[in-house]
Amino acid sequence: MSALPVPADSPLLSVRALTIAVPGPTGEQAAVVDGISFDVAPGEIVALVGESGCGKSLTGLALLDLVPPPVRIASGEVFFEGRDVRSLPPLEKEKVRGGGIGLVFQEPGSALDPVRTVGSELVGVLRRHRGLSRSEAKAEAVRWLGRVALPDPARQMDAFPHAMSGGMRQRAMLALALAGGPRLLVADEPTTALDVTIQAQILQLLLELRRELSLAILLVTHDLGVVAEAADRALVMYAGEIVESASVGDLFDRPAHPYTRGLLASRPAAGEAGRGRRLTALAGTVPEPGLRPRGCAFEPRCPEAFGRCRAARPTLLPAGGSSESACFLVDAPTEPRR
Amino acid sequence: MSALARPEVDEPLLSVRDLHKAFVRRGGLLTPPVRIAAVNGVAFDLPAAKTLALVGESGSGKSTTARLVLRLLAADRGTVLFGGTDWMALGLHELNARRREMGVVFQDPATSLDPRQSIADIVGEPLVIHRLGSRVERRERVVRLLAAVGLPASALGRKPHEFSGGQRQRIAIARALATEPRLVVLDEPVSSLDVSVRAQVLNLLLDLQRDTPSRPAYLFIGHDLSVVRWIADRTAVMYLGRIVEEAPTDALFTSPRHPYTALLLASQPRRHPGDAAAPLRAPGEPPSPASPPPGCPFHPRCPSARPVCSEEVPKLLPHAAAEGRSVACHAPLGS
Repeated sequence: MSALPVPADSPLLSVRALTIAVPGPTGEQAAVVDGISFDVAPGEIVALVGESGCGKSLTGLALLDLVPPPVRIASGEVFFEGRDVRSLPPLEKEKVRGGGIGLVFQEPGSALDPVRTVGSELVGVLRRHRGLSRSEAKAEAVRWLGRVALPDPARQMDAFPHAMSGGMRQRAMLALALAGGPRLLVADEPTTALDVTIQAQILQLLLELRRELSLAILLVTHDLGVVAEAADRALVMYAGEIVESASVGDLFDRPAHPYTRGLLASRPAAGEAGRGRRLTALAGTVPEPGLRPRGCAFEPRCPEAFGRCRAARPTLLPAGGSSESACFLVDAPTEPRR
Repeated sequence: MSALARPEVDEPLLSVRDLHKAFVRRGGLLTPPVRIAAVNGVAFDLPAAKTLALVGESGSGKSTTARLVLRLLAADRGTVLFGGTDWMALGLHELNARRREMGVVFQDPATSLDPRQSIADIVGEPLVIHRLGSRVERRERVVRLLAAVGLPASALGRKPHEFSGGQRQRIAIARALATEPRLVVLDEPVSSLDVSVRAQVLNLLLDLQRDTPSRPAYLFIGHDLSVVRWIADRTAVMYLGRIVEEAPTDALFTSPRHPYTALLLASQPRRHPGDAAAPLRAPGEPPSPASPPPGCPFHPRCPSARPVCSEEVPKLLPHAAAEGRSVACHAPLGS
């Protein structure tokens, strides 16, 4: 609310050279997120997609300076509406959390206070971030529960989280995350714990809320289907780095990075033709932080790797259309391959 | 009728009829105990060397059905014929002797493998329990099993925590196959795996069914429909403890006959952002299994419900216009 107006063309969120470190088994620091940079524009849905351990969830938490110790942000900046979140005074930082950037998790059960009713939590958020009186906040809370399509919102005000289904808890959590009026929502695997018919409803709801509230969403997910369903743009992470950035159309039509191509190809084909045919699997597994190769982290699994990939680490380069790819094939497509 | 529907099947390996299981949730100070019908009259056949998928959302009873077949849980009633044997009638002693004929792989290899055992002991334990082979023969078989699932012999002396999730699931699969079972129950076997590893394990399951001399049949429990479509010969869709549709997988996916199957298919995320948005979105959530609605369990969410649907539970019957398919609906699609 107190944030300065942002010029229309500047990004809402700007992450620069963010590095997140964990202490390794012998005490040395290993980078789980390794110098990543990206922007999110107002009203845009950006998917941060990758497998477990790639650093996508920690990146989401870092935007709010909420990385849990002993993990820590080693270097880099997070600019939200032009201000470096990490260097804000505590009171201002609290305003950004919930008031500027909202957060929802995979398992809403663990994020909701088990001994408070949903209504009382929501009233608290509205008073804290919007400065409403108790009665105003109550009316607004009921409106929010209706907005996230909880059935019988007035009655749900008095419900405890344990009495709700997973889908209802996720709706309640969305209301809590959005009631403070954030311009950006960090949604970390918001539908992963839900059944498929409920997942479809929640994704639908996210898209509606984005339209109505001009909300930007950073959608942290491992699920390419969720990316196809909901995102405008995708950042593909592998072993702590962004290896590809593209509009969702370009990502699925002409994936630029061999890892993205591998992920898309490993999905069972749709339709009758695919049944019982061996899948195109990526060989090997993701390297652990601290044990990543010196060159490209994907090189040991890459079917297209060549000499340079072992020697140096590629950075994001334009790869045609909206795509950027951290792959030497982008500018050296004619070098002999493995 | 059913003989007409499936002319190629003489005697299924596994034949389940009228299977029931209810759990009682203990009451509290002010709340009475609640009876939950988790599995409510389930019936299906699984031919040898084939794969039947049970799909459905949480609370549909698919995992409970699998546990009843394995006799990890006692059924309230119903029959399970397995290779011609009345499986439910076996005494404990006889059952334990014959458990080697069924293998099982659970979703999470992190919790289903004993962390203190070596890989050699984990994979070889079923052989020891059933007193199969000499010590040397068992060792050889374990090495062959590990090779079959793509793990080196150097894995033998190591512990589960030294392996990645995908490798641990390979170990669980090797263990499940150790006794050359004719049936393997796969309960969400790839759901906890990352995308890039999932394809490796799915390929392995396919290869093992084709190449293992015992040619195991798979009872595959899953919720990822793209995986089910890829692996299963036939698919049964469960909702609130009942099978609502059962059909050859391709037919089920291309022309669902039960409105819930249609909803499930339409709820899948698109494969490609350019694909048309799914037209069907049903409101609401599945009702609690503790208080199912009267009549068809799906009628409160069903776009084509009619008065009879709230009064009478539809039976799973062969579809009048679609050969080889069964549907439990008063107004099935495409009739």
